[in-house]
Amino acid sequence: MATSPFFTNLDQIFILLRNWLVDFLPAALRPTAGVVLEVIAIVCIFPGLFALTTVFERKGLGRIQNRLGPNRVGPYGLFQPIADGIKSLTKEDIVPFSANMVVHFLAPLSLVVAVFMEFAVLPMGRNMVLVDLDAGLLYFFSMSAATELSVFMAGWSSRNKYSLLGAMRAVAQMISYEVVLLLSSVSVVMIAGSLSLTNIVAAQDSYTGIFPHWYIFTPWGLAGFVMYAIAATAETNRSPFDLPEGESELVAGYHTEYSGFKFALFFLGEYLAMFSISGLGTTLFLGGWSAPFSFLTFIPSWIWFFSKVMLSIFVFIWMRGTLPRLRQDQLMNFAWKFCLPYTLLNLIVTALWHFMGEGWMRWVVCTAILAAVYVFMGRVEMRSEHFGPRRYRYAE
Amino acid sequence: MNVVFYLLAALTIGGGLAAVLLKHLVHCALATTVAFAGLALLFLQLDAQFAGFAQILVYIGAVAILIVFAILLTRGSELPKDGVFSRTWFVGLVIAAGVFAVLAWAVLQSVRAVPQQTAVPAVTVHDIGNALVGRYVLPLEIVALLLTAATIGAVIVAMHEKERPR
Repeated sequence: MATSPFFTNLDQIFILLRNWLVDFLPAALRPTAGVVLEVIAIVCIFPGLFALTTVFERKGLGRIQNRLGPNRVGPYGLFQPIADGIKSLTKEDIVPFSANMVVHFLAPLSLVVAVFMEFAVLPMGRNMVLVDLDAGLLYFFSMSAATELSVFMAGWSSRNKYSLLGAMRAVAQMISYEVVLLLSSVSVVMIAGSLSLTNIVAAQDSYTGIFPHWYIFTPWGLAGFVMYAIAATAETNRSPFDLPEGESELVAGYHTEYSGFKFALFFLGEYLAMFSISGLGTTLFLGGWSAPFSFLTFIPSWIWFFSKVMLSIFVFIWMRGTLPRLRQDQLMNFAWKFCLPYTLLNLIVTALWHFMGEGWMRWVVCTAILAAVYVFMGRVEMRSEHFGPRRYRYAE
Repeated sequence: MNVVFYLLAALTIGGGLAAVLLKHLVHCALATTVAFAGLALLFLQLDAQFAGFAQILVYIGAVAILIVFAILLTRGSELPKDGVFSRTWFVGLVIAAGVFAVLAWAVLQSVRAVPQQTAVPAVTVHDIGNALVGRYVLPLEIVALLLTAATIGAVIVAMHEKERPR
């Protein structure tokens, strides 16, 4: 579809802006300056989104719980994050006497740095990616794996039993669900034939009639997306998987002994991880920056990317307001006994989908296999599980 | 050989030395992680993206976590009273020097055996994938089988024993 130059320019507005700014410099400095500008943009935009999201989360949870939420600072409480930011900057930074100073100091920094690094490979619009790595997906997962160690460092260095328990829970949970997260993304790699995130988006950026070729609209893609979403919720320690921060049991989990700006960094890290993991899910299954209908392609690509990410964030908040917290044994059983086998099955189904070729047969066969196994695992396998109060081995 | 290489080498060696010399076991584990990260960055500096990121994913994301878990679950994180250095450190030094000498000799020999390549080989992730499931599929399958066996073994070890009547 031919689009007017206005919309083309609007689509590329950030690229044009960067080129315009860089042109003021001598030619030798331009490539470096371009990268620096892009990094500055990422480092500014996502914390800005984080500030907005905290308000929306508190307002949204307030609506769900039939109360108002923050409404005192600014119109509709919109300036609340500014007040919170100033408060956390001016608060006293308390480090426990017996804490391990160096590790205690490094933990929030390494967490936030690793999470920020994840954004480097996310394509946020047409031509809008910081580095288009050949192994982009692998890079993303290696950075998110590095955050686990920061969580452990925070919990261990605080010398507090709640911190340590929270960190152990968090790391165990993140490792378990990381397997599911990786394996559910592998099916996308199998079909797209590339680990580069820009290639994965390009593979989904075409239409049949008005409908897009997003991977979520295939049987294996839907199953993979559901598994990815569950694993992503657990990776980011969000409700209903927020046991590492279970207030009723662990005070605040691994960041119990952090105060002031270091606590704010943990808070920031958690939300940035939500953004980056939603961005990756968007890229893998929801077509990245491509428009949901072919007649909407004139709307700039970055608007679609950020809309999809914010929609995922809304679902995160909605789930937090709706679902109760899981128990540790339920969490582990769910990961290893349901999610992992189902994701492995999804890999086989993806291969089947690839080798059956075009046609309606593969839709029927793949949907039938996935649905049948889902029903079997849900109904028959779960029947042997004994629900009811748990008997604790060591507490009795 | 440039400044970046020497910086990364210093980081890696510093991490390795700290892992041996620090007194606290968890600190040693974290220092090992620094050494792992230095190695990964060295891979990346050589333009080996796949190896570099796999190094971070496997060693920092899994091996380092495994080490700290093992330390915490076995209560090894408490400082022993009678020093942490082994009395037979001289034997260890000799063994380490021997291993290093053999490896260095092998590396130096390989440099002489293989003629110096001037062009940088362009190996993409795509090529590595094709080689893994094409030419090297048998080793890959053997490793997969070994890992599956190890996983099943771990599950059996960790399995609850049947509750006996009291």
